[in-house]
Amino acid sequence: MTRNYGKIYAGPQALWLTVFFAAPLAIIVAYSFMKRDLYGGVLPQASLEAYRSLANPTLLSVAWRTLWVSFIATVFTILIALPCGYSIARSGNQAMRLFLVIVPFWTNFLIRIYAWIAILGNEGFLNDLLKILGLRTNSVQFLYNQGAVILVLVYMYLPYAILPLFSTIDKFDFTLLEAARDLGATRMQALMKVLIPNIRGGLVTAVLFTFIPIFGAYAVPLLVGGKDAYMLGNVIADQVTKTRNWPLASSISMGVTVLTGLAAVIFAATSRRTAQHVVEDSGIGPLSATAGIPSGGQA
Amino acid sequence: MKGSDVTVSGISKSFGAFKALKGVSLEIKKGEFFSLLGPSGCGKTTLLRVIAGFEEPDSGIVGIDGRDVSGLPPDKRRCNTVFQSYALFPHLTVFENVAFPLRLKRLPNRLVRELVMKHLSLVQLEGHAEKRPSMLSGGQKQRVAIARALINEPSVLLLDEPLSALDAKLRQRMLVELDSIHDKVGITFIYVTHDQQEALSVSDRIAVMDQGLVLQIGSPQQIYENPASDFVARFIGETNIFAGVVASREGPFATVECEGLGPLLVEANGEAPLGARVSVAVRPEKIRIAAESPGARPELNVLSGVVEEPIYSGFQTKYIIHLAGGGSVTVFRQHANWSEGVPDLKWKDEVYLSWSARDSVVVESDAVANDEVVNGAARPPAP
Repeated sequence: MTRNYGKIYAGPQALWLTVFFAAPLAIIVAYSFMKRDLYGGVLPQASLEAYRSLANPTLLSVAWRTLWVSFIATVFTILIALPCGYSIARSGNQAMRLFLVIVPFWTNFLIRIYAWIAILGNEGFLNDLLKILGLRTNSVQFLYNQGAVILVLVYMYLPYAILPLFSTIDKFDFTLLEAARDLGATRMQALMKVLIPNIRGGLVTAVLFTFIPIFGAYAVPLLVGGKDAYMLGNVIADQVTKTRNWPLASSISMGVTVLTGLAAVIFAATSRRTAQHVVEDSGIGPLSATAGIPSGGQA
Repeated sequence: MKGSDVTVSGISKSFGAFKALKGVSLEIKKGEFFSLLGPSGCGKTTLLRVIAGFEEPDSGIVGIDGRDVSGLPPDKRRCNTVFQSYALFPHLTVFENVAFPLRLKRLPNRLVRELVMKHLSLVQLEGHAEKRPSMLSGGQKQRVAIARALINEPSVLLLDEPLSALDAKLRQRMLVELDSIHDKVGITFIYVTHDQQEALSVSDRIAVMDQGLVLQIGSPQQIYENPASDFVARFIGETNIFAGVVASREGPFATVECEGLGPLLVEANGEAPLGARVSVAVRPEKIRIAAESPGARPELNVLSGVVEEPIYSGFQTKYIIHLAGGGSVTVFRQHANWSEGVPDLKWKDEVYLSWSARDSVVVESDAVANDEVVNGAARPPAP
């Protein structure tokens, strides 16, 4: 007789998720339906006040900006990650190049953001360089705008896009590109009509792994963005720590979660329809990709 | 003929320190079924890839219909390739795989459907148009690959070991089918294979390659009956090779004095000057085996020996005979008149081997092979 140990093996995982994911989520859901207490915390009274406050023009414009910045940053990340993943997959020393991709993780991410400040700041390396080259006499304001936020976000999340793209491109049969060329496709046509459809699984994973955390970004816009680069993550943090309106912070968080969740489901569903069999073959499906995804609200 | 002639002249190609092709020249005629045959690593696939445009040769020229196509990318050459791994697009149906080249040209839907169905029926796959490649068997994938390669109406079809992934029975069927497709479309086929049986059965001509060089070009009969070198003789089918020195010449024949075996009378095509060290090749199926001596006759070589190993394989028996003069010889014996012919030969039986002088040929001796063949031992490659 063989016993099914599946449930026992799943135990630790279930416990972990319950304590650190489901329970906090439940608390946030609960708080979002309560009344605010004056100095933080909540009053145990049911209320839809927090959700009514969401329909606030300032908040909606931040939400719209967050969506826009996340979209642009994701597009740039993927556009850079695609050729990167391709060249790593085709190179002779994959291990070394992959190592270089993950090396930045050895440095704390706050320190990496400060490194960007050191590069882009008014007295930073880039301005120094421009002055030495005689291109500018006074400093250029690189920091504290949306461009700086997007640049640093792209830098931060590039490895998360390169790794899944690399792993699907690595499994791709490059003879297919030769076949496409042989059948009359130009280099570009071969890439667009044969490579891209066959690495859809990796693309979906890469998009979700960058879009979702960027949507919840907090530290990057706080440190390199100005007031006009504020994102939802910053608003939530302000509501928790400054305004002390915990129900509102919770309801905005719920909004972020629902929005990203919805985006992920829609995106995964549309690309699955077009690439179903590829996903079956490679085992890297949009669904398995979404399963392990970090929800918005950190970084 | 709808096909093109293909000229390859002085092609060399190295990968790092490895020289894959060392100055290969070939002339392939319009509409010919031409095979590049050789062991793995001989450069045949590299040559095919050079013709297709996937590899840029270090030197040399590829001409199609007298036009230099060197430097043209694969999509600008009028040849299409059937890949060893089929290379079907997994994200497209069979129909869309075959339609791929037409979609690139943005042909109208109706025309695409008509052409695709015509080519699918050429390879007998009309009923599978809407399937994905992953749902097809190996033989069916192969057919899709052929239909897809033909739909552009190329003037040259390049086939890179197209049958190597199929089982033996299916390979035979596909081979016959390839031959009939070749007859129907009438274009030039260049077929790469390491399987001498495949090459012999379908080719108009064969180029035997080894270590980046073409060793012999000829019809299957020429290659089999008159191999140009020890290597060709051994690579194509099984063969017995004896080393010796030309002792005398007499018309089309030469007498070759072989160590331990005495003189052998051999057909020589003028390439055996007196005193030259040569190899003599005799095919195992051309040697008669008998319990009694056939008696001395002109133009007949006779050797005696002992059965070392009889290997029965149904349609024939293969004997390995240990010669009285040293070394061993392989002999095939067909089973026609099995009961009334010589009685069943067993291990350690004494036997006489005989063959006509016309069935043995002088082959140019490869320097490398000399040591091995001194004792007349035949070491055919594994079939």
